[in-house]
Amino acid sequence: MRDKFIVIRKTIFILLGMLVIIFAGKSFYDHRNFNEPVVTNEGVTEVKKLGDYFTGISGTINDCNIYVFEGEEEGSNMLVIGGTHPEEPAGRLAAYLFAENGKMKAGKLFLAITANRSASTGTKLGGAYPPDFSIKTSFGERKFRMGDRWSNPLDQWPDPEVYIHYPSGQNLAYVDTRNLNRTWPGRENGTLTEQTCYAFMELIKKEKIDVFIDLHEAELQYPVISTIVAHENGEELATFVSMMLTDMEGFRMGVEFSPKNLHGLSHREVGDYSDAVSLLFEAPEPFLDATRGTTSREQLLTGKDEFVVMAGKHGLLFEQIDENGWPIAKRVGRHTSAILMTMEIWSEDYPDRPLICEGVPRYEEVIENGVGYYLNDPKSALKNRIVLE
Amino acid sequence: MEFVNSIINWIYYGIVGFTAIIMIYNLIKEKSWEKEVLYILVIIPFLLRLFGLK
Repeated sequence: MRDKFIVIRKTIFILLGMLVIIFAGKSFYDHRNFNEPVVTNEGVTEVKKLGDYFTGISGTINDCNIYVFEGEEEGSNMLVIGGTHPEEPAGRLAAYLFAENGKMKAGKLFLAITANRSASTGTKLGGAYPPDFSIKTSFGERKFRMGDRWSNPLDQWPDPEVYIHYPSGQNLAYVDTRNLNRTWPGRENGTLTEQTCYAFMELIKKEKIDVFIDLHEAELQYPVISTIVAHENGEELATFVSMMLTDMEGFRMGVEFSPKNLHGLSHREVGDYSDAVSLLFEAPEPFLDATRGTTSREQLLTGKDEFVVMAGKHGLLFEQIDENGWPIAKRVGRHTSAILMTMEIWSEDYPDRPLICEGVPRYEEVIENGVGYYLNDPKSALKNRIVLE
Repeated sequence: MEFVNSIINWIYYGIVGFTAIIMIYNLIKEKSWEKEVLYILVIIPFLLRLFGLK
């Protein structure tokens, strides 16, 4: 009788355990396999894969889409990448606004919305991040994956005790072996993350990229924030962009120079290992601050957090924040304006090979109308204009 | 190096699978309900990793 009772009890416990596995597993599976539709506008003339430039990355999770905007007139070539760190959504959303609204009048733009797809398929272990977030639009909501800073351990494991950067030999934190912004310029036969950087370097070389931009966000307790980090080959360009943004668009954007001895970062290695001018843009994201309160979708999108505000009152922040927070529209608008301004300053410097983009909203417009206003409805779009991200 | 990493990865999955089997065996043999609950809780992340979900 007692044995029968134990069997029934075990069965109940096992069924409850299976239930947890099914619910948790479904959540993880859905996050990893959720495809975001990108409703490309007519400005996107071709959609390539990163693997077109390096077969080693073909068919892997990091074989991301490369959106090509061929201009009506000849000009320079620019590569913009969002999603180096998919836990910084403003970079990806700014790239979305280009893919769904942008059109090149002169020059050629190459765009990656999710440079590290693997990192977008999971969130920080123990971080309690939401797996996704939604942007309100006039036709409903558009859902996007929330991601991590590092490639998913399911795709690259184990981590070494100490990560030794190739080719500099610099010692970095072990986990940064999966950080796309610590593995430039990459390695042909390296880890998945190194191979992803190598593929982007091949793209930069084969497409003769003149200007490279890497979109990021940063916590307010991090000193490199609201700024352009520029390789020495882009110092003048970045300085002019910073001055013009501050003067004309009403938001402060600093300039910092890429340290020569800090290796693996795009602003250093892309400039060192290619002819491209290399820039990295940082916008503020209170969600990343260690002193934040709730870790919720609302906090992610509004950037409102009383604990981060409190940290500011104690002088612990490198960027201002008040009860209005840092809404996603503000952060996305900073990126779109900064990219457009870079094109404009570049075109003034090189009028014989300009970069002219139309249709992409600037800072004030994104704040006024919201990000969702500039996203297209996948349901009413032509099937051949939809690309899965 | 990458080859060694992939070998370690497969060994790791082997260890995860082996540990999961041991825990299931212990769960079946266990008489205390508190330990049964403990086994169930501990085994969940092992199975999620084994199935390639997390």
